[in-house]
Amino acid sequence: MVELIQHVINGLSLGSIYALIALGYTMVFGILKLINFAHGDVYMLGAFIGLYCARIFGFAEHPSLGALAVTISAAMVGCAAVGFLIERLAYRPLRRAPRINLLITAVGVSLFLEFAGQLKFGSSPQFFPELYKPAGSWNFGEIRINPLQVTAFGIAIVLMGALQFVIFRTRLGRAMRAVSFNRDHASLMGIPTDRVISATFMMGSALAGAAGVLVGLIYPKIDPLMGVMPGLKCFVAAVLGGIGNVVGAVVGALALGMAEEFLVGYWAPTYRDALAFAILILVLLFKPTGLFGTRSTEKV
Amino acid sequence: MLLAATTLALGATACTKRAVPTAVAPSGTGQPIAAAAETIKIGEVGSMTGEDATFGESSHQGVELAVKEINAAGGLKGKQVELILMDDQGKPEEAATSVTKLITQNKVSAILGEVASGRSLAMAPIAQAYKVPMITPSSVDSRITEQGDQIFRVCFNTPFHAGGLMRFATEHLKAKKAAILRDVKNDYSVSMSDTFAAGFKKAGGEIVIDQVYSAGDVDFKSQLTAIRAKKPDVIFLPGYYTAVGLIARQAKELGIEVPLIGGDGWDSPKLLEIGGPALNGSYFTTHFSAEDQAPLVQAFISKYKAAYNRAPDAIAALGYDAMQVLAEAIRKSATGASGEIRDQLAKTQDFAGVTGKITIDQNRNPVKSAVVLKIEDGKIKYQRTIAP
Repeated sequence: MVELIQHVINGLSLGSIYALIALGYTMVFGILKLINFAHGDVYMLGAFIGLYCARIFGFAEHPSLGALAVTISAAMVGCAAVGFLIERLAYRPLRRAPRINLLITAVGVSLFLEFAGQLKFGSSPQFFPELYKPAGSWNFGEIRINPLQVTAFGIAIVLMGALQFVIFRTRLGRAMRAVSFNRDHASLMGIPTDRVISATFMMGSALAGAAGVLVGLIYPKIDPLMGVMPGLKCFVAAVLGGIGNVVGAVVGALALGMAEEFLVGYWAPTYRDALAFAILILVLLFKPTGLFGTRSTEKV
Repeated sequence: MLLAATTLALGATACTKRAVPTAVAPSGTGQPIAAAAETIKIGEVGSMTGEDATFGESSHQGVELAVKEINAAGGLKGKQVELILMDDQGKPEEAATSVTKLITQNKVSAILGEVASGRSLAMAPIAQAYKVPMITPSSVDSRITEQGDQIFRVCFNTPFHAGGLMRFATEHLKAKKAAILRDVKNDYSVSMSDTFAAGFKKAGGEIVIDQVYSAGDVDFKSQLTAIRAKKPDVIFLPGYYTAVGLIARQAKELGIEVPLIGGDGWDSPKLLEIGGPALNGSYFTTHFSAEDQAPLVQAFISKYKAAYNRAPDAIAALGYDAMQVLAEAIRKSATGASGEIRDQLAKTQDFAGVTGKITIDQNRNPVKSAVVLKIEDGKIKYQRTIAP
């Protein structure tokens, strides 16, 4: 029983980080019908921006909650800028091009970021400094909860709440939903679609940046290819939840984190990475719309 | 498919560009190296970048230090030694490409490398096929020297290494129940685990759980949660330092207090940086201790510190020894041709190396002792020596 609860806690902690990345996928897909393969690499950049920020300000020597907040903010702003640039330079010129061109461009952007990252940061793993050192750990008998996990989980929940607020309670959010519903109609209604799309990319990228720092905090090893696998897995999480659906992405990511944890703990650790793809195949075969997705009929 | 092809193509170009010949000029003269025909070319393959980059770096620094000394003393057979280094990025397939290039294009007389067993295993059959002698400074997997009569090593091999750890666990730590957490993608880790498990059971102990991970993983909590439930006396971690550091941290977070033990894969200056205080109370065996007071060892340490501004680890010491053993064989050979070097290497007897006396046996393995080191208060301390 203790083991089971511990696995649930570990799974939730992993899943909440997947959720932050999956949200970016689902938002961009919702609005552009584009699978932004570069998203996992934006998450990697977030971790490195956090690393450099921590080095410049010397946070490793003075860990505190404030240091963590500053680092996360820096990574979010930096990644938002990267997201803006990617959209502006790579995707916007292809707005009227067939969707397959966009998809190939996304793969290109992803490879560019990965190899430019290796050139700039070096391909050896680097060690993320401890930005925040909560004292001790919370013990309930044998069950151990690392306060860092709780902090990361809390930050993830706050950011997801903020996103939900923006999408459903603000003018920008309403515009985003309108563009996602029908871009041409939204444009006819006077919505500046290009600006809304930029904003969507920036928000999604900022969440990925935050995820990068949180991962660095819990698993302090970062390298320029760290975004490849989580990127693919979080795409699966978004598909599982119903791609384009914000709540679905969160639920899908938590489910994936939990499923991985149980698979590794009780059965076959080497199949950890295969699990996500097995889920992808099953979802596409039996429920292509995902858990929360709605079927949309294409009208001619 | 497209993705894979592009990555491969990029990898290939990157590899050729990274072949940096690091020719070492005799100290003092400042002259560039002599024309190619007048040098003895030695190829080195190492992981200068990638997941275990400190292995490649340490090993290369050891080799480089030896080459500098040899050249300063007039070289070998009247020729300067030219060291050609290839970076394999920590990938077995790159290691294989590198060794082929060194032999066919650079025409080297002998090969030094690799540190990791998996990559040495990828290189050995190629060196054997071209009949170019190869010395692995620090790969312990027994199968490497079994690839053929051209392949040598200057470190002890797995049966001794894992056997020593097993005896240390049962006799010194009085462990009855052991857990294993092995890296399934790593030949070294797998053969160490198998040897350890077999020996531990024979000594009357019990392997309560044998968990696996894959190189590159960062989350080990689920494996550790399963291990914790079995209440082992000791956890055997035969991985490389990056994973070991992360595992130690996560083990502490889960409240696991039993000692962690491992092999020379832990031996890196990065280990303590990653693992931090979570590693206190852990033990590992390796080839050499900087606390050894023998004059030869202390001289090596001070020369190494002067050159690289840090204390050498065992991997660096083995790199140095590998190059010195090779130089000795070249000196004894008639012309310095590959075949003669091989014959002289096989005859190496009582060579006084930094990591101990090296005598190559008929299976091209040296007979050597190991040291057990303990991590205490964030420092690595000498514990005891295990005789061969």
